[in-house]
Amino acid sequence: MTMGEAGLASGLAVFAFVCFLGTAMGHDQAFSFHAALACAASVISVVVIGNRYLDRPAELPPAEIGGRPNYNFGPIKFASAMAMFWGIAGFTVGLIIAMQLAWPALNLDLPWTTFGRLRPLHTSAVIFAFGGNVLIATSFYVVQKTCRTRLAGDLSPWFVVVGYNFFILIAGTGYLLGVTQSKEYAEPEWYADLWLTIVWVTYLLVFLMTLVKRKEPHIFVANWFYLAFIITIAVLHLGNNPALPVSFLGSKSYIAWGGVQDAMFQWWYGHNAVGFFLTAGFLAIMYYFIPKRADRPVYSYRLSIIHFWALIFLYIWAGPHHLHYTALPDWAQTLGMTFSIMLWMPSWGGMINGLMTLSGAWDKLRTDPVLRMMVVSVAFYGMSTFEGPMMSIKVVNSLSHYTDWTIGHVHSGALGWVGFVSFGALYCLVPWLWNRQLYSLKLVNWHFWISTIGIVLYISAMWVSGILQGLMWRAYTSLGFLEYSFIESVEAMHPFYIIRAAGGALFLIGALIMAFNLWMTVNAGQASETEGAGALQPAE
Amino acid sequence: MKAIIQVENFASSLVGTLWTPVFVGIFIAIVAYALWPRNKTQFDAAARMPLRED
Repeated sequence: MTMGEAGLASGLAVFAFVCFLGTAMGHDQAFSFHAALACAASVISVVVIGNRYLDRPAELPPAEIGGRPNYNFGPIKFASAMAMFWGIAGFTVGLIIAMQLAWPALNLDLPWTTFGRLRPLHTSAVIFAFGGNVLIATSFYVVQKTCRTRLAGDLSPWFVVVGYNFFILIAGTGYLLGVTQSKEYAEPEWYADLWLTIVWVTYLLVFLMTLVKRKEPHIFVANWFYLAFIITIAVLHLGNNPALPVSFLGSKSYIAWGGVQDAMFQWWYGHNAVGFFLTAGFLAIMYYFIPKRADRPVYSYRLSIIHFWALIFLYIWAGPHHLHYTALPDWAQTLGMTFSIMLWMPSWGGMINGLMTLSGAWDKLRTDPVLRMMVVSVAFYGMSTFEGPMMSIKVVNSLSHYTDWTIGHVHSGALGWVGFVSFGALYCLVPWLWNRQLYSLKLVNWHFWISTIGIVLYISAMWVSGILQGLMWRAYTSLGFLEYSFIESVEAMHPFYIIRAAGGALFLIGALIMAFNLWMTVNAGQASETEGAGALQPAE
Repeated sequence: MKAIIQVENFASSLVGTLWTPVFVGIFIAIVAYALWPRNKTQFDAAARMPLRED
């Protein structure tokens, strides 16, 4: 038995006992429930580690077989499957809350299914569960392939993927039970935050140690983006979440600072979650998967270096644009706005680099819907990173803030950029990992068009709705009274909320087609002709 | 005591002022490194890294 196996198994055994006590002595039901979940998960993990030890050969898997790296794909397969599962779950909850906004009776008048509890479930499921699993899966794949070395660690990569998904489970069930620290995109309570810290530091170490033992002298640019994503998320998570629990046996805690300081920290965190989770990580996907799929080199590697460092230097300052016209000092608001506008340059530099990688291979867009999906995602990236800086300008923000325009902007980024680039990456990754041919490119084509129409319905409905809202709220009569009551603006939103829900439904249908396609690829797909391949298959 | 506080204030404002040109300098150095003609062959090879098969 290795040190890792013995250490992790005994550590989890002790943790199981602590959680058992926590279950019995918890001050609230949600805490006891989570402690019970953690206790059960720990016991199961100890059993699995024991069985794995008994089943495996005495020697650990070799780093190389026949002079070729023996890549570790197990944890990547797990994270890819979880990404698909959480994606469907997150899109479904999104559709439910979109319909709740159109028809409020759908909240069923139950506490667990109110908008306030389902909304963080939706955002966390799509960003952290779907997006996070895609990032972990692709980062573990890309770092191995571009370093030509096996993933560092034996159990630790498994600890990262399983531990991360356990965090999602605790966070998600917590929201439904009303456990939240009420910070947007950082809702999980103190014990879930502590657990995520352990998992994330392990993730960082696995990634770093794989880089350290690389066989390639140069660290490929995608790994720089992944590393920036992992490190910055660690810093953001620690910076935004220092909280004092009311009791170590209860779920409630209070954040260390209050008022405007808390707001500033929150949006420093919130916007850099956009910048480093939803941007840097997925740009890493762009820099590996688009060249690979198009069979073309990165258009300009020089631009990629400048793109990377410009993004790193600028993004961290953009957060205050979430707090225009609030108690935050004016100069800080202007600073946030200025840096947001400067972000146009690296964002578009990156977009151009991704799109131009297709030079000499544009014809592939006609025949390869997977590549088309990724290229359209980069176009959406360009569009939403044009829109974002524009909305950060204070006068524009005075119209757009608190309206559905923000929701439309977020979803053109989330569905168009993050969603499509993730779908493209999974359509590449699953056949590579299982050594199969993709079951059906025709179904990818259907997925692409259904989802694209869904996104267009979604974002155009929210643009119209948002601008309409903004204009109604600021309209005055000739006597200086507000022209519309708030409820009149709510009433005006109704048709757009129905269009938005229809768009979301189309997006979900596309994802269901994808899940079927990937399932058939793994379980009924033909073995790939080129072994260990990244070779492009003919489209027709 | 007052003198110490004055030194501290001076130091902190100096650091607070200096980091802007320092960061700008670092960034210019990075851009120069990226655009330096001699590095072109290395970067052209790196651009093909995803395409390599083992």
